[in-house]
Amino acid sequence: MKITFAAALFATVAFVVPVAAEDTVKLIDVIELSGAGATAGTNWKNGVDLAVAEINAKGGILGKKIDIAHYDTQTNPGNTRAAVQRAIDEGTYVVLGPVFSGPIGASMQIAQKAGVPQFVGGEAASLTKQGNPYLFRSSLNQADAMPKLANWFRDDLKAKSVAIIWVNNDFGKGGRDAMIPELQKRGIAVAADIATESGQADFAADAIKVKGSNADAVFVYLNEEESARFLRAAKQQGIDKPLVGETTLLGAKVIELAGEAANGVKGHVGLSVDAPIPGFKTFSDAFQAKYNYKSDHNGIKGYTSVWAIKTATEKNGSFDREALMKTMHGLRISPKDVPGILIETKWNDVGDVDRESFLAEVKDGRQVITKVLPMINP
Amino acid sequence: MDQFLQLLVAGLATGAIYALAAIGFTLVWQTSQTINFAQGEFVMLPAILALAARDLLHLPFWAAAILATVVFLLLFGLGFKRFLVDPMLKHGVLPLAIATMALSILMKEGAKDGYSAQAAQFPSLVPEGTFSLLGAAVSLRDVAVFVVAITAIVALQLFVTRTRLGRTMQATAQNPTVARILGVRVERMILLTFLINAGLAVLASYLISPIYLAKFSNGEVIGLSAFIAAIVGGFNQVRGALAGGFIVGLVDNLAAAYVSSGYRTAVPLGLLVVFILFKPEGLLGRREERTV
Repeated sequence: MKITFAAALFATVAFVVPVAAEDTVKLIDVIELSGAGATAGTNWKNGVDLAVAEINAKGGILGKKIDIAHYDTQTNPGNTRAAVQRAIDEGTYVVLGPVFSGPIGASMQIAQKAGVPQFVGGEAASLTKQGNPYLFRSSLNQADAMPKLANWFRDDLKAKSVAIIWVNNDFGKGGRDAMIPELQKRGIAVAADIATESGQADFAADAIKVKGSNADAVFVYLNEEESARFLRAAKQQGIDKPLVGETTLLGAKVIELAGEAANGVKGHVGLSVDAPIPGFKTFSDAFQAKYNYKSDHNGIKGYTSVWAIKTATEKNGSFDREALMKTMHGLRISPKDVPGILIETKWNDVGDVDRESFLAEVKDGRQVITKVLPMINP
Repeated sequence: MDQFLQLLVAGLATGAIYALAAIGFTLVWQTSQTINFAQGEFVMLPAILALAARDLLHLPFWAAAILATVVFLLLFGLGFKRFLVDPMLKHGVLPLAIATMALSILMKEGAKDGYSAQAAQFPSLVPEGTFSLLGAAVSLRDVAVFVVAITAIVALQLFVTRTRLGRTMQATAQNPTVARILGVRVERMILLTFLINAGLAVLASYLISPIYLAKFSNGEVIGLSAFIAAIVGGFNQVRGALAGGFIVGLVDNLAAAYVSSGYRTAVPLGLLVVFILFKPEGLLGRREERTV
């Protein structure tokens, strides 16, 4: 009896499990679900989950359902390396995430060495300068945003001097290093250059320093939670000069956390659910219905990454990682063909993304798009 | 000058909150001769409990804050003493100190998994805005935080030194054996001390969370700063913790402004090393001799 049972069990394991495994394609998301990047990572994860649910409901990729797993990096580069290695060992088709540039920089060589494409949310300019053909962004390279912002400081704000406050990690330093030459080219002086720490809680002293610089405008380049803390401190210390930043200063979560202190903030946003793009509205409604809050740009990044993987894979007709990598370079996806991509997007030969972007301002607790900027190389 | 004045006010406000947390270190030290390594998490948790009560029970914020305060006093005033300090203290102060380390991790991870890993906005209990003082725009919230924290500390000092119950509590802390011989209900006095510690932690939590945003990891920063404040001021004196809190708050803010944000934590730690080397009893602390 025991032998019969064991034989039946063996038969089940031998025949049923492989069949089940072949019906799915594994995607592992290595993401910041705690630590300083929790806000960004949670939005990304929810965006990924929403895309996976929609794609699976429509039959999956090439007839296979996506089997998604999320590993928390705790916003720690060491943990990220371990999680990327684990994802590869467990046979992920593609590595999704992380969002923070530092952990991406610390882990991207592992996926490259294994020949596994990686779709990330990082914006640091240095990421796609390292000759890694397997790395693909889901957001604009920060170096592409800075000239647009520098023009805005000169032409719209008529600023002669700008104070820069930035977070001392790969993302922040990359932004600061890209912005300073752009300001100098336009004859704008850097009145203060203030580095802050990732995860910093108290910004009173930094806000007082910014105020003391008497700059005509302030360029804020911090991650989401720190942006919100700085905006609150800026209000408390009576800073009345224009506060200008990038997507991380005007995101939905920052506006929620900063409250009234976010009103009047201006900046350039690569992705926004408030942008006048029909796809964003559809995504935003679905996200709100599923998670009961408004997605920030990281939700869009996670969502569109999964749709890009599906599109490129189906174009290839197989789950070949090498072919996926090659197809992604130069790929252009239109929402007319793939509604899940939300906005016309193309990837260049180094994995950078090109798409329309937006100038925005926070009014009455809402991000309002004031101008649509064209693609860099349409 | 304007900038210095603003930094001074911001530093005093932060320092007053550190002082509230640092007093907790001194109270636990006086009653159990141990260090509560979960003190930072004691300050982190009440704000998270209030937000959880508001969001999960759909209570108005004031009701959620009251409920959170009561729950916290029961769990981390009464419960902390009954279920952690009392059983562990029998085995010595080191096992108790290690148990508080475990408690700090439990509180942090519990807040993360039970509520959220993300920061959340916490309503300010004090007025916001700025007013002009000697030409500088001073934060109304900083001044209000300072006043509320100092009022609480002065009230505690008056209670301890001017009331019969407070003096009994102090006598228990100084020599529990003699206090017991004189008829003092020592256990009740120790419980009162723990409840006061929990109450101060709640106040610190409600004051600092609008500035830091409520987040499970806030205890790390607050706990370290309050620990340094308690050592610099004197671990066995409430007024020492108060002085230490102000010193650390001021040094922290001035270092961030005039040195760099990267070194803001290092400067108070340097101060800590100097005090340990040259004045180990702290600025206002008493020298203690022990039999070994």
